[in-house]
Order: sequence, then C-alpha cells, then structure tokens
Amino acid sequence: MSTATIAHKTIEVDQEGFMKDHTQWNEDIARELAKLEGIDKLTDHHWSVINLMRREYKEKGDGPSIRRLTKESGVPIKELYQLFPKGPAKKAAKIAGIPKPTGCI
Amino acid sequence: MNKSNTQTLPNEIPQIKSQPIEKVSIIVSRGSLEGVYPGLIMANGARMEGIEATVFFTFFGLEAIINDKMDNLKVATVGNPAMHMPTWLGGLPGISAFATRKMKQQIEELDIPPVREFIEMIHDSGGEIYACKASVDMFGLSKEDFCPQVKDIISVGHFYELSENAQIIFT
Repeated sequence: MSTATIAHKTIEVDQEGFMKDHTQWNEDIARELAKLEGIDKLTDHHWSVINLMRREYKEKGDGPSIRRLTKESGVPIKELYQLFPKGPAKKAAKIAGIPKPTGCI
Repeated sequence: MNKSNTQTLPNEIPQIKSQPIEKVSIIVSRGSLEGVYPGLIMANGARMEGIEATVFFTFFGLEAIINDKMDNLKVATVGNPAMHMPTWLGGLPGISAFATRKMKQQIEELDIPPVREFIEMIHDSGGEIYACKASVDMFGLSKEDFCPQVKDIISVGHFYELSENAQIIFT
C-alpha cells in the first residue's frame, strides 16, 4: 500500500491510484485527482456523477455499472464518455475516492 | 521486430515487453442469446476500460443487429451439453422459450441490458458496429434491415484493415 499527498492531505491509495479509504475523501481531493486524470475543471455534471458514485458505494459496497450510472444520473452514455474520457466508471470512481468498480457491465 | 518493444534478459534472451491492450475487434458469429452476449459484454467492457472496440457481426450473429429480430433472440436448448437437458426434451415446443425467459430474467437481475439497449450502449460509448457483407448478401439483407447503430456493411478485407493493431476475438 502506498500513500499520496493530495490537496495537503495524506491519503492511502492502491497500486492503480484508487483511494483505499473513502472517508478520507473531500471535494478538494476530488479536484486534484481529476487534474491527475486530465480533467481540469469539474462541472455540475461531473459532480452529479461523482456524488452518485459515492452514494452507490455507500449503499451497496461497489460502484455502479455504466448502465446504472447513466440511468440514475440522467447523464447520457455519450456524455459520460466525454466527461470522463477513457472509461467513465473507472475514472469517476477514482475521482470519487471509491475502489475500482468490480462489475463487468 | 521493433527494438523498443523488446528487452534483453540477463541471459541475453530477448523478450517482448508486455503492452496493455488498446484496441479489440470482436466477431459475433452466432445468433442465439448465449451466443451473442459474450461478445457484447466484452465490447462494452473494453470501452469501460478505455479500450477501442469494433464489433463485427457475421453469419447468424447478424440476428443481433437486425431490427425485427434482435429483441427476440432465443437460447439454444438442443445440442448444448452444458444445458444439462436431454436433447429430446430441448426440442419440445416451448422449452426454448422457457429457457430464454429464465435467462433473460437472470440477465436483467445482473443489470445486463437487453440486446437492443446493449447495442445502443456500445455504440454511444464509441464502439463501432459493422455487418459482414458476405453474410448480408447470403441472407438477402440490406442496410435498412439493421438497427441504426450499424455503421456500415463491410467486407472481410475491410474488417482486417479496421483491425490494425487490434486483438481479434472470435465468439
């Protein structure tokens, strides 16, 4: 396990950079993590996806599938891929401070 | 062989560096429900990982993208030992419909979309969907028979061109 200092806070991350403890997360950390992923500014749509990711994880212990993500957030799939290029579920999970979703869909 | 792709081990044996997969070309050749889903799941899964995905439907696989067939794909209950069902039983009227209904329920419970929605998902997430020209000609079909997500009807040669640097997966 390794640690990283993000937004003046030391957080534990796994090998791929996913936060180990979602309770260490805050919005400043999210903004910094997003920059590391090449997303300079988090828009309202980004936040609604990020907040949904966190809510689903707290309720179910896993991030949502892409299908759930688009249905629950109301953000169409095309836009999800624009908001989080190269893999929305994975990137949004990383920025939301939750582990990589384990589902296949 | 490109030098940058190789490294030399201490015993001087050259070895190819492993590279992450960046692109997949998935061929769907079967038209049963259980024949179609694996390719769709792999294509969608690739896009979720940021991997480029092309899906090429050929032979009976075309059923998954034909507008008035794609919502009614059936599970094959005959000739499949893994169904653990005697062949004579699998052939009785209604058995395939029953097995299909069961499988569709299970698929929905796992949050896996129906075929049409799945094709839309793959398309909207940037995956490209093609129909095989030889099969289209063989079945006497045309572009209008397919769902709008189908980008084009292409030859095998064109498929290989599009698959440059891709891993080709046959299902």
